[in-house]
Parts: sequence; structure tokens; C-alpha cells
Amino acid sequence: MPIKIEDALAIVFVVMLITMFTRAFPFMIFGGRKELPPKIEYLGKVLPMAVMGVLVVYCVKGVTVFHYPYGLPEGIGILIVSLLHLWKRNNLLSIGVGTICYMVLVQAVF
Amino acid sequence: MKSKKIEAFRYAFLQTIPVLCGYLFLGMAFGILLENAGYGVSWALLISLVVYAGSMQFVMVTFLTGGTNLLTVALMTLSINSRHMFYGLSFVEAFKKMGKKGLYMIFSLTDETYSVLCGTKVQKGMNEEEVQFYMAILNHSYWIVGSIIGAFIGNKIPFDTTGIDFAMTALFVVIFIEQWLGSKSHLPAVIGISCAVISLLLFGKDRFMLPALIGAVISLMMVEKRIMRKEGKADAN
Repeated sequence: MPIKIEDALAIVFVVMLITMFTRAFPFMIFGGRKELPPKIEYLGKVLPMAVMGVLVVYCVKGVTVFHYPYGLPEGIGILIVSLLHLWKRNNLLSIGVGTICYMVLVQAVF
Repeated sequence: MKSKKIEAFRYAFLQTIPVLCGYLFLGMAFGILLENAGYGVSWALLISLVVYAGSMQFVMVTFLTGGTNLLTVALMTLSINSRHMFYGLSFVEAFKKMGKKGLYMIFSLTDETYSVLCGTKVQKGMNEEEVQFYMAILNHSYWIVGSIIGAFIGNKIPFDTTGIDFAMTALFVVIFIEQWLGSKSHLPAVIGISCAVISLLLFGKDRFMLPALIGAVISLMMVEKRIMRKEGKADAN
């Protein structure tokens, strides 16, 4: 271990505490109320869709678009997943086939 | 009664298979990093059990290598995990009803668990709370098992797994499409993508999440009337 055990434990503890705080935050603010404010209820309903868009971008944030391989493996992978899913609407099939295609692309093609 | 429980567990397992692929290998990557930094299996177990935060645990390895003052640790954690502050908003009522299990649901609300929870429509006759709880526990255990395996094997992986973490991207894409098809107004989805892309261009890949989410919340607030009109008065109350 590169640092003292009590220092390492302290770091783990702080990260744990702050992570818990971020996840519990909305519950600490709104959990005690009998009814949610309408604005928050609305947000709770529409935010997942927006967040899923943000998360898709999050997954490809490190992709280099301007030089080789121009984000092609990710682009092709996402295209395969999308088309297959629109066609069959089967989660595991879309994700499985898409992932295998992507692995072949990054390991053998690009 | 018992077969119903097994049925719910089976269903939860099937829904979380993509997370299984992603978490197992990301968890392994974390375990390997941690092991290389001089921490063994027990540390991997401890951290993945009590912290359980993907990208944050990778950053944490650098803290544990160099030793960092706790205030910096706290501020870094807060900025990296601040996106989680938004996830609970969709589950305030649902988790409250779950009692003690609800506390665990809050603790284990990662990006991936949030996505699976949002993306799963429970079939008729199944107890929704039970399925959700199983999904949360399964995801957590994939992550723990992955990081323990990683810490065990260090760098000796027998086959080339490059790219397997794409399962996570594919999962988000699939849920995105499902939500798109399932809602009348596509504005929230468009807002999410636009805010993320703009924020990515403005702030770069390491700092774009929080501005993107804040932007999305503000934009969603501004178009509330338009969206509610499209989604129908039925759920508007």
C-alpha cells in the first residue's frame, strides 16, 4: 500500500459519504412532504428521457471524430443497435449483437 | 408465493444482463487498477461494496496512490457524482413506499440502475417493488464480483475483452429508443441530447455532465406547458 491504512480508509469513507449524499439529496429535500410540488413531479416524469440522451453522449464523449478512426466503430455500433432494436424491439438481441459487432470492429477492423 | 418471487427475480435478472456485461468488465478494470496501485482483493470488495460509484472509483485509485487531502477528495466526489442529485427526482414517491428497502434503493442508484429502473415496465401480476429491488441488488453484485475478479487476476486476462464495455452504451441507446417510442413528446429527448452535445463542446469531456443536466432541467422547465399539452392532461393532474 502506497499510503497509510488510516489515510486510505479516510479517503474511502469521504467518497462513500459524499456519494451517498448526492444520491439522497432529492429525498432529503422532497422526501418529507406528503405531495411533491407539481414542478418536481413534472421533472421526475420527463427528466429520464433527457438524462438517457445525456448518458448516450456520455458514453461516446471520448471518441475522436476528427482523426482516425473518426468515431466509426462507435457510430456503426450505435447504428446497428438502433436499427436492430427498431426492427425487433428485443433488448438483449440489440445489445448483444451490437456489442459483438463493436468488439470485432475495434479488435480486428480499426 | 415462492414461485412468484422466483419469477420476479428471473425477470429482474434478464433485464440486467446488459449491466452484467458492462459492470463485470468495468468492475474488473477497476480491480486491476486498484491491484496495480498496491491494494488487494479486500480493498476492492470494501470500496465496491460501500462506495459503488463507477467513474468515481477510478478517480479514487489516484487518490489512494498519491494520498490527497480530504477536502479535495470531497469536492472531487461532489463534482463527479453531482449528476446523481437529479436521478432521485423520478423516484421520490416510489422509494419512500419501499421502507427500508427504499434506503438501499437510494444508496444504489447508479447511472445504470437508474436506466434499468426507468426502462423496465413490469409485467402484469408482478410486484414492481420486488423486481426493482432485485435489479438494484443484482447490479450491485455484478459490480462487486467484477472488481474482486479484477483484483485477483491483476493483468492476466486470458482473452481480449476490448470493447465489451460497449454493452453499456448499447443499453443506454436501447432505453433511449424505448422511451422515444413510448412518449408523445420527443422534446425531452431532443433537449437531453442537445444539452449534452453543447455542454461537451463548451466544457470538454471531463466536466460536461453537470452543466448538461442543469441545462436540461432549465430547458425542460421552460417548455413544461408545451410538453404537458402533448403528453395529455391525463397524467398532468
